[in-house]
Amino acid sequence: MSAATTQSTSQRNSASWLSRLGPIGTLLSSTKARIGLTIVMVFVLAAVFAQWIAPGDPKKFVGAINKPPSAEYILGTNPQGKDVFRQLVWGGQLSLIIGFGSAFLMTTIAVVVGMIAGYYRGWIDDVLNFIMNLFLVIPALPLLVLLSAYLKPGTATIVFALAITGWAFNGRIVRAQTMSLREKDFVAAAVVSGEPGLKIIFVHILPNMVNIIVGGFIGAVIYGIMASTGLAFLGLASTQDVTWGTNLFWAQNGGALMIGAWWAFLPSGLAVALVAFGLALTNYGMDEITNPRLQAESMLRRVAGDLFARSVRATPVVPRTHEPTA
Amino acid sequence: MPYLARRLGFYLAALAVAITINFFLPRLLPGDPAATILGTSAGKLTQDDLQRVRDALGLSDAPLIEQYGTYLVRLTQGDFGVSYTYFPAPVTRVISNGLIWTLLLGGISLIFSFILGNLIGVIGSWRRGGVVDTVLPPLLIFVGSFPAFFLALGLLYAFGVQLDWLPISHAYDTKLPQGFNLSFIGSVAQHMVLPAGTSILLGMGGWALGMRNVMVSVLAEDYVTMAEAKGLKQLRIMFRYAARNALLPGVTGLGVAIGSILSGQILIETVFSYPGLGFLLIYAVNGRDYPLMQGLFMMITIGILAANFMVDILYTWLDPRVRAA
Repeated sequence: MSAATTQSTSQRNSASWLSRLGPIGTLLSSTKARIGLTIVMVFVLAAVFAQWIAPGDPKKFVGAINKPPSAEYILGTNPQGKDVFRQLVWGGQLSLIIGFGSAFLMTTIAVVVGMIAGYYRGWIDDVLNFIMNLFLVIPALPLLVLLSAYLKPGTATIVFALAITGWAFNGRIVRAQTMSLREKDFVAAAVVSGEPGLKIIFVHILPNMVNIIVGGFIGAVIYGIMASTGLAFLGLASTQDVTWGTNLFWAQNGGALMIGAWWAFLPSGLAVALVAFGLALTNYGMDEITNPRLQAESMLRRVAGDLFARSVRATPVVPRTHEPTA
Repeated sequence: MPYLARRLGFYLAALAVAITINFFLPRLLPGDPAATILGTSAGKLTQDDLQRVRDALGLSDAPLIEQYGTYLVRLTQGDFGVSYTYFPAPVTRVISNGLIWTLLLGGISLIFSFILGNLIGVIGSWRRGGVVDTVLPPLLIFVGSFPAFFLALGLLYAFGVQLDWLPISHAYDTKLPQGFNLSFIGSVAQHMVLPAGTSILLGMGGWALGMRNVMVSVLAEDYVTMAEAKGLKQLRIMFRYAARNALLPGVTGLGVAIGSILSGQILIETVFSYPGLGFLLIYAVNGRDYPLMQGLFMMITIGILAANFMVDILYTWLDPRVRAA
């Protein structure tokens, strides 16, 4: 019992140390989020420092095709005789730019449309909500394919197409949250003191929804990376660019799998999967912090041990002892 | 019923928008769309080719509003034109062939992933901290993080190429005569294992996590504690009391999933050359078969709207509160 107590005290101490870092510190108090963010950071750093990690042009023909990993080419060469390691590292640059760029655009549209709809209600909400529902039912992937078939392939096209097809999901969530926050006293106070609507929305309400917006942003990055990789694999992106998706397109195009050249496939696919996994873990970690029942569960396990927690059906909601800075 | 009437109105409006997108998308291309289309596909284009593409897209020198009118009239007649790649088959016939395979593959994958995922969710939340709860969810999240086509290629390589257990492409053995006999059905089932397996692996995690999170709240309800106090059998509490009530949010998810059957398998169908709608769509895009492309987008959208409407009907029946709203 005493061991459990010390453990929980030390946990609390580390939590209070982290809480001084603000919302980021709160996020880092979750093991899942820490692991997830570490994975993502590794890929981001590799992309930023690509020219030192994998010097040389990734599009350059370096030698014999389909050579297995060796000292000369750590990850071998692909069916076009290009260095797979260079392609992996440099491919991360554009893939991450597309992922984060489209997510930024999606989140911005979602926040603006969602908050205005949720705050003003009435006919404004009717119209905006109709538009959001519309984008939710029109199938995203076929529309993406159609857009890429008609528009000139390129990074800007992809980012634009992803944003168009992907923003509505978060817009709905932001709208719902705005509608409930709108009923709080601090909003009423701002209305009474005569502040303009847009100022109330973006200065008073917005800071209270950071959790939801960040969660939505992370989901949007996953969508952006996954969908752009899929499009590139189908040959619908610009095949001259180097992204994780086009790497896989060229590997497939050269029939790498059929002749057993797994090294041309595995790196880029694994990179996409690991980044998506890291982002998903971060989101689950955030959920655990913000959902009081899931939080209570981990506290219960800490105090009572696994055996007891396993036989407990109902999880109590433990009130928070200290709120992260309001 | 006003609720259903409102929903129907929304779906009709959505359909109108989808039709309009379909109409304007080719016309958004800079310059002469027909020339741009043929130009990007390279090759010498004759005036004849140009005119054929224009006809297929309903492009003419008439004012836009008139073109739109002709387009609508042709749609109501179910006339989507003639496919280039499957010439001279009309687009509608090509699509209906693909629809069968997509529905079969998608339906079976969805049933399996829904049942397996929810079972994992229920068992995981029941034995909190047990193997099912601690090992499976992160594993499923990890598997779900792979791009669909990558997982499909992995399975294809392992079971189709290396072990050579299963066929790697098409929906059935083309040498067999088609029909309701055992060997044909067996062949269809065999060809479905890998694409359906990919789809199930990817879909299960979402259902499991959703179910688990709802179960955590439901298990805290008084009636579950009461049932336990009465000494009811564990399995009975687990499924008849808790899981039954935790399933309702899943039904909404099921609606979305049924709709996305039509569009969610593009990558998997392409990898396995499975002749469904998704495979056709990519085939049409690569072959610059614009009538087929347009027709497919229209069909997929109509299918999704219809599926959503059916779920709305189902929901009013399951949850009486919706009817009052």
